[in-house]
Amino acid sequence: MSYDKNCAEKPKRLCANCGREFCKGLWRENPIFIQVLGMCPALAVTTKALFGFSMGMATTFVLVCSSLVISSIRKLIPPQVRIATFTVIIATFVTCADYFLKANFYTISKELGPYVPLIVVNCIILGRQEVFTSKHGVFNSFIDALGMGVGFSAVLVLLGSIRELFGFGTIFYYQILGEGFEHWVVMALPAGAFITLGFLVGIFNWINNKRKK
Amino acid sequence: MENNFYISQGPHQFTNTSVQKMMKDVIIALAPAIFASIYFFRIRAVILFAVSIVSCMAFEAIFQLFMKRKITILDGSAVVTGMLLAMIMPPSLPIWTCIVGSLVAIGLAKQLFGGLGANIFNPALLGRAFLMAAFPTYMTRWNMPFTLDAVTGATPLGLVKFTQNLNINYQELFIGRVSGSLGETSALALIIGGIYLLIKKTIDWCIPLAYIATVFVISSVTNMIAPDTYAGAVFHVLAGGLLIGAIFMATDPVTSPVTKTGRWVFGIGCGLITMIIRLWGGLPEGVMYSILLMNAVTPLLNRLTRPRRYGT
Repeated sequence: MSYDKNCAEKPKRLCANCGREFCKGLWRENPIFIQVLGMCPALAVTTKALFGFSMGMATTFVLVCSSLVISSIRKLIPPQVRIATFTVIIATFVTCADYFLKANFYTISKELGPYVPLIVVNCIILGRQEVFTSKHGVFNSFIDALGMGVGFSAVLVLLGSIRELFGFGTIFYYQILGEGFEHWVVMALPAGAFITLGFLVGIFNWINNKRKK
Repeated sequence: MENNFYISQGPHQFTNTSVQKMMKDVIIALAPAIFASIYFFRIRAVILFAVSIVSCMAFEAIFQLFMKRKITILDGSAVVTGMLLAMIMPPSLPIWTCIVGSLVAIGLAKQLFGGLGANIFNPALLGRAFLMAAFPTYMTRWNMPFTLDAVTGATPLGLVKFTQNLNINYQELFIGRVSGSLGETSALALIIGGIYLLIKKTIDWCIPLAYIATVFVISSVTNMIAPDTYAGAVFHVLAGGLLIGAIFMATDPVTSPVTKTGRWVFGIGCGLITMIIRLWGGLPEGVMYSILLMNAVTPLLNRLTRPRRYGT
């Protein structure tokens, strides 16, 4: 759990602290644990690890692509209409992701339901454009978006794995707990998402407090 | 000369009550209901009570050790939680499920919220609510008394709600010879325990009275309007978990309001929610959710009914 340390040791030439930019999304500014953004998909689609993974990947794709586009045209966007511009660009990539999932992974797309189109209102994406991309260069924005996307996906997969393990006895459909395992129905319900997320945030803060000491 | 005058901070009045004494009273008051449930459900009741009490105490010790708190398993609060938890479990519950319930009750509802005195929700009820959500099939399988897993039978409330069976044997309902959770069936034993607690002033009479009276009034009215659909007031007071809820759960000093007005509102709210769920909800019984929901608004009630300072 020492991303920062490993990353700080190897600065790259292109941007001096791109490792830092990448790693902050994983831990220090984790979208879910620290920024508490994107709660809606995090709680809604993580009934199984695979759905959490797909959602994370779709969000990462949208985040990275829109960050690339927006950071490259950031000086052309008048500040008065920036939110509208961001939204149009984000919506374009969300549509791409949605149709890609529908065409290639129809069952997953059906399970995720309206939450793929709803990536367009995911606070992480608009938040990153507003906070980071509109003020930084293309490469930094790309690294930042990738870090945030991976951090978001990691939490979703973790949440999904725990809920799938207790709710169905499997992780990524791979049987972990034996046949005799009694499914905890609550973990597949919204209440299970809140309980699991509460525990994860608690553990996260506990580790952070330990590290500070 | 001895100094008779000294200055100290408030509070200046002391009573003899302590956590141990209160819990001892509650345990004595629970005894009749526990004996009744052992009489009706035999070895199943003995096993579930033992498992629930032991695992509650064990989890209390483990969590307090882990969180570096003072270990207070001997103050009796974990024993009471274990007893209450077992009392609101169906007799046929598997033992490991009961242990999971104790873990949620003690670990999640009590210790993670800060231990005794800091919990928002009644631990035993939250444990049951979790089990209800996690293992609904186990939690809704009811046995007839004396049959030891052989004969399942719907609870009186379930019968009235889903089959409109209004032939109620009030005597059996009062004694407790009906199916239901371990400790909730015998109204007689619960009332004896309640009277003991009221005499010892361990519980306040406001909440049970407000709760039961609200249920009584609402069920009388609905029974008058549609006697063929809704059962009478006496049935609604005696059946299900109302008495155990009103006497032992809603009066939990930690999770109920401290002011008189707040307690009346709390009791009436519990009664309203219970009757709404019983008459028009999807479940036959609503005592658990009514008390948990009112627990959630208890801080608000405390704030709204804070007494005015003299002279303002």
